Amino acid sequence: MVFLEKKMVAYKLQPETWVDQYADYLFNYAVARVSDAEIAKDLVQETFFAGLNSAKNYKGDAAERTWLIAILKRKVIDHYRKINSKKGKAEVRVNYNASSESEGDWLEEQVADPFSKDGDNTIENEELGLAIQECIAKLPKKQSLVFKMKTIQGMSTEDICNELGINPSNLWVMIHRARTALMGCLNQNWF
Amino acid sequence: MKITCEEASHICNKSQYNEAGYWQMLKLRIHILMCKTCAKFTKQNKALTSLCERAGLNTLSESDKEIMKKDLEKHL
Repeated sequence: MVFLEKKMVAYKLQPETWVDQYADYLFNYAVARVSDAEIAKDLVQETFFAGLNSAKNYKGDAAERTWLIAILKRKVIDHYRKINSKKGKAEVRVNYNASSESEGDWLEEQVADPFSKDGDNTIENEELGLAIQECIAKLPKKQSLVFKMKTIQGMSTEDICNELGINPSNLWVMIHRARTALMGCLNQNWF
Repeated sequence: MKITCEEASHICNKSQYNEAGYWQMLKLRIHILMCKTCAKFTKQNKALTSLCERAGLNTLSESDKEIMKKDLEKHL
């Protein structure tokens, strides 16, 4: 009976914790795909709403985050459909004029550039970003907050102290703990 | 010139955000020469900084999150 109850609980979503737990993770994922912070923010918000609306369909066979990412993926696709909906925008226009001396250039342009490592790098960096976000999400709330303000938002020590009402030595202790935990977490998950 | 490991780690953390002064850095360097543990810590700490830079992390501001939370609560 206890086992059964546990299973029931596992199926239940906890939307109250979504913003704290997944907002940054989803946001990173979205930014990498739409490269606009405002749009990415809206997509994350829409994802949460859609998640709420279809919460009853959540069967618990995927982790909450995986489930939300799946919704976000659809939202990103929808976004691109929307901006390309005007006819012709989505068409690929090729206007090479055969007579000019640039004849045949298109062939060269289609060949993969062996010196371009950009593609791989972007993918790897995105995965790295998600891995770091995952580790940050495991930190205690206050530590993750301080770490994010300092490292990602690049705020000055003074500003953070004023905003959170803590003193600098307090802040550095939290940064120290956060960094140590992150090093351990990334050592496990990344290297 | 001698500093404890605790001080060394503090300076090391500060230096990740370019907030350590010249003298502090010098003290840290000397300490690292003698202390393997701190040398390792410094190396890893630097690695973490460069990983964070490379990943191009993004985060939503707390005020954005508050707004999101409130909107979500309305829908609950």
